[in-house]
Amino acid sequence: MKRFSFSTLMLWAGFLFIYLPMLILVIYSFNGSRLVTVWGGWSVKWYVGLLDNTQLMGAVMRSLEIACYTAIAAVILGTMAAFVLTRVTRFKGRTVFGGLVTAPLVMPEVITGLSLLLLFVAMAQLIGWPAERGIVTIWIAHTTFCTAYVSVVVSSRLRELDMSIEEAAMDLGAKPLKVFFMITIPMIAPSLAAGGMMSFALSLDDLVLASFVSGPGATTLPMEVFSAVRLGVKPEINAIASLILLSVSLMTFMIWFIARRAEVARKKAVQQAMDETAGVRDQQGPDSRRDPSQVHAPA
Amino acid sequence: MAVASSAYKKVIEGDQQPKEVLVKIDRVTKKFDETIAVDDVSLTINKGEIFALLGGSGSGKSTLLRMLAGFERPTQGRIYLDGEDITDLPPYERPINMMFQSYALFPHMSVADNIAFGLKQDKMSRADIEARVEEMLKLVQMTQYAKRKPHQLSGGQRQRVALARSLAKSPKLLLLDEPMGALDKKLRSQMQLELVEIIERVGVTCVMVTHDQEEAMTMAQRIAIMHLGWIAQIGSPIDIYETPTSRLVCEFIGNVNLFDGQVVEDMEGHALIDSPDLDRNIFVGHGVSTSVQDKSITYAIRPEKLLVTTEQPSCEYNWSRGTVHDIAYLGGHSVFHVQLPSGKIVQSFVANAERRGARPTWDDQVFVWWEDDSGVALRS
Repeated sequence: MKRFSFSTLMLWAGFLFIYLPMLILVIYSFNGSRLVTVWGGWSVKWYVGLLDNTQLMGAVMRSLEIACYTAIAAVILGTMAAFVLTRVTRFKGRTVFGGLVTAPLVMPEVITGLSLLLLFVAMAQLIGWPAERGIVTIWIAHTTFCTAYVSVVVSSRLRELDMSIEEAAMDLGAKPLKVFFMITIPMIAPSLAAGGMMSFALSLDDLVLASFVSGPGATTLPMEVFSAVRLGVKPEINAIASLILLSVSLMTFMIWFIARRAEVARKKAVQQAMDETAGVRDQQGPDSRRDPSQVHAPA
Repeated sequence: MAVASSAYKKVIEGDQQPKEVLVKIDRVTKKFDETIAVDDVSLTINKGEIFALLGGSGSGKSTLLRMLAGFERPTQGRIYLDGEDITDLPPYERPINMMFQSYALFPHMSVADNIAFGLKQDKMSRADIEARVEEMLKLVQMTQYAKRKPHQLSGGQRQRVALARSLAKSPKLLLLDEPMGALDKKLRSQMQLELVEIIERVGVTCVMVTHDQEEAMTMAQRIAIMHLGWIAQIGSPIDIYETPTSRLVCEFIGNVNLFDGQVVEDMEGHALIDSPDLDRNIFVGHGVSTSVQDKSITYAIRPEKLLVTTEQPSCEYNWSRGTVHDIAYLGGHSVFHVQLPSGKIVQSFVANAERRGARPTWDDQVFVWWEDDSGVALRS
């Protein structure tokens, strides 16, 4: 008989608090009734209807596109910033630069969004670009704050990396740029992937910045969902939300699975190497050079 | 002492080959902001020798090594390799390779790829690279581990790979940064021997940095003792141990008994030193050329040259009474701590040649004495 302790109870309360709303959302996406709050039996008609809703599907594709671009740009820029901050030990304005890179983390999105909008309007008037706001402007806006996240993740990894590995590569004749691509990048690859995924998720999720800097015909998924909800929740929204939930969970599970498998394989390889080394040493027998009794100290 | 090495043999026999200078460090100074890490150091390193920079932490030995590798640029002074000024060359253009303390193997590459990395930078043909990697693996006896990743190797194996990698490009100069730093004590003495053997087979000139005096004395033909950025003494292990030129050097290397005293008689052929700690004067078999004003001097004698006896020595100089204060039994030898009448405690190493000999024991009256040429008179 399992005893319910206080901590188990709290654990389940926590789980319920976080995941119950999502569960209800998934259940209601299979609701047959047109009214969201009234249960009308099981149905998949909202999922079928999704395919015909070109506006919603267009927003989904647009959001994914922006998220992809953002992840790529943020990883490149963030890594460059992190590299400069950790590897170039002294240059003028280093502290200022470090502060500016990470400032978007704490900047209220409303302010960032508004100032970016003003900038884009002013630029359009002065140099004629961007002629109209849309995917490109949202991409720029998302990149600004995602870069900050990436640089924080990557610079913490760079800081704990043994710098003598990069020095060794340079010592062996590789020029700094080559060292960066052949040695540094492979070693920080996991944090680059983490930063990229984080940027992807942040960009996919962002509503505030996108609402400020988007233009006509460039509605992202969060904007679409938000405006639809304001006119009353439609069951279709439940369906799309459930699909997003499913894909995110699948992706997370896949990453966990791959990482776990790699870890198990690595441990196995190390163990095997240890066993083999021990075996070889036993077979070699007494080696006069390694036998301490044969070694004489200089008088 | 750890292991017999050919370095010791070479020192004893004297270097037959004419000495050819490979590296010339000319009045190099390195400042980090306001702290001076290396202070006006000049030294030359000969072709084919193993040279050790020995010193405590903060002595500037690592900074000097990093300047040779090209990771740091001297604030002042020049560095020449084979007569060519390399002071401003970046590390990737110097024919110098380094074995790092942490080995710094590339974790995402196999052992063979690690060794091939430097060769690939030289645009060698694939077949040549493979042949060279094979040769290097054979040299360090790691052929069967070529496909392994660094994390699948033990500490000693990693070190061999690191050595093979730094030798693969046949550098003019090999730098070793605390070569045994990451190994446990037993493996250390094995690897010291192996390392010297490999380096000598390849015939590369080698500069190593270490804080372990035993390691420096086992491996190197010449040692430079560094302290606070300057070089206190350069010489063979025997020079440095037997004829240190300063108090600092003789206290840094091994154990030593020091007697402060005044020169009372200074002739061309001998000198007498009067030390308040000792019953009799110290006789030195050569003149010590003191200045007229300052007669104070320090006499240093190693514990293994200070002899303990129960009978009063018959000679006039170089002995004193004492009582056995403490004895430490260390297996191969025992350390006698003898208290002199002045209260000063001196150390004497007594070899345990017999299994159970009649020995002085605690609180026994004994005499300490030494030969005329056993100690060194130090002016500083």
